[in-house]
Amino acid sequence: MARTLTAGELRASAERWAAGMARLGVRQGDLIVLALPHSVELVVAFWAALSLGALPTIFPYPSARLGPGVFQDQIETLVVRAEAHFLLTQPDQQSELSSRLEQLGCRVTAADSLLGQAVPIRDPLGARARTDPRAAYVQFSSGTTGLQKGVILSHRAVLNNLQAIAGRVGLTEEDVVICWLPLNHDMGLVSGVLLPVVSGALGVLISPFQWVRDPGVLFRAIRTYHGTICWMPNFAFNHCVHGMRERDLEGLDLRGMRAFFNASEPVRYDSLMLFWDRFAPYGLQRRALGSSYGMAEVTAAATISPMETPPRVDWVALEDLQRDRRATPVEAQSAGATALVSSGRPVQGVEVQIVDGQDRPLPPRRIGQILVRSNAGLMGYRGTPPPDALDLESGWLHSGDLGYLAEGDLFVTGRIRDLIISGGRNIYPEDLETVAGGIPGLRPGRAVAFAIDDPEAGTEAIVLVAELRETVPEAQRLEIEREVRRRMTQTLDVTLSDLRLVGRDWVIKTSSGKVARSANREKYLSEA
Amino acid sequence: MTKAEVQRRLRDYILKDLIRNPSYPLADDEALIKGGLLDSLDMARLAVFVEAEFGVYLPDSDLTVQAMNTLEQMADQVLKRAAP
Repeated sequence: MARTLTAGELRASAERWAAGMARLGVRQGDLIVLALPHSVELVVAFWAALSLGALPTIFPYPSARLGPGVFQDQIETLVVRAEAHFLLTQPDQQSELSSRLEQLGCRVTAADSLLGQAVPIRDPLGARARTDPRAAYVQFSSGTTGLQKGVILSHRAVLNNLQAIAGRVGLTEEDVVICWLPLNHDMGLVSGVLLPVVSGALGVLISPFQWVRDPGVLFRAIRTYHGTICWMPNFAFNHCVHGMRERDLEGLDLRGMRAFFNASEPVRYDSLMLFWDRFAPYGLQRRALGSSYGMAEVTAAATISPMETPPRVDWVALEDLQRDRRATPVEAQSAGATALVSSGRPVQGVEVQIVDGQDRPLPPRRIGQILVRSNAGLMGYRGTPPPDALDLESGWLHSGDLGYLAEGDLFVTGRIRDLIISGGRNIYPEDLETVAGGIPGLRPGRAVAFAIDDPEAGTEAIVLVAELRETVPEAQRLEIEREVRRRMTQTLDVTLSDLRLVGRDWVIKTSSGKVARSANREKYLSEA
Repeated sequence: MTKAEVQRRLRDYILKDLIRNPSYPLADDEALIKGGLLDSLDMARLAVFVEAEFGVYLPDSDLTVQAMNTLEQMADQVLKRAAP
């Protein structure tokens, strides 16, 4: 059942929750983890914490595939890493989490016990916050073995980015932003909650668990609420085509949609075209296809494509791209040509430059690392900085992504890090390799995870290659294979696209003994 | 339509289009979702297939780990919702 919350009701509910939090002892600057399902309560709790000057962080609610205890383990890891003072959760989780976390100095409370008498609160993210340099919330990335990044964002930074996004999109109170992204995701929180509340547009939130099983719910919401704007990762464009039922297309009218922004994973030309072909007969305008690039370190968006124009497509020579790291324009659809879609132009307050390995600026159409400088940049990291922490010194953030600039548009071509981005989620290969190392029958330290292209799904597919301890009969090999898949799913919520169990010394290591992921990927592809 | 027939057609689709490994020795009671062979995206595609193949509408509330974890369970769901 849909529930509607006006700005006044959000404020009134947040006042009651804030009073409850204050009674609990939550004070300005305290970190409060919100481990709640995707719900109105989650939004209210977030707003209440903001209004107290406490730092909320939204924990991803677990998928039903996770094994028993894994959710609790992950929360514990986060609480330690983030030095969290408080945790708000569901009543049925409260006692187990209490027994684990209270000894770590984290107070665990069931959300339903929080409601108290309202006390007036200051207006979070209101006009006064526009110059407020204090921390507003902490945005955690995914990952489980301590690789997560806790990005601290100030009120000022968040408002700067919201203003920049609203400016580029031309957002008004007439707009209706439809969002199925989880709220622990930077783009989910920003597009689904913060942007609508601050701009006065209507935000419509859909459960990500429901959307993934039934993408038609997105289109039913667009129809019911007259949706105009939607942000979603590239794979979702494919999923909306492959996972839509005919019945959901009946009476569908997309003429009112001003933009479907493709963001959070590399934008693929084929995905946009697939989506366009399927939905153009239902009124989808070509100019309503958009794109965006960003990261939690700059709140959400660094670049967004201009409205009212179709996305810019750059046809370049594939060979030059791969061999010379250069984007040479060629005729569309010609032999050896590949199409790249612009991720848009820097929004207000953001600068982008491309540099070589020594941080020297590169000319247009040369591929290098994407650097971003933004007035919506992070204050720092919560807890120990992650191994791939961004360098904050110069104000230029090293994104770890590769790309080029052409006539002011940013094109993203790849990434420097071994990070896997699959289904809009960041997945660290280290997490998979660590889990594989603990499985009987496999050699510890002799597993490698990497991504391969999955054009049909419009995202990266995840491959794991792992060395067996010894040669085993086929039946036993199958048992090990099943155990690996089971553990990847139940501990990491990861589905392997391919699992290859190999003999001793298949995996290539560097001279310093580290797993060489790209070399192993090449070897895997050459044997495929 | 017999259960064996439904199961066979589901198996063919899953191996060819979802797992994309036609030679995988999938057991009838093997945990597809909890076992890490299929994810929620696959369940949406499976529902589209079931509607086209059997004319059976599976509401999204049925596309869960509890109701659809094995081939046998899937076949039961299809038959339960098929017109008599």
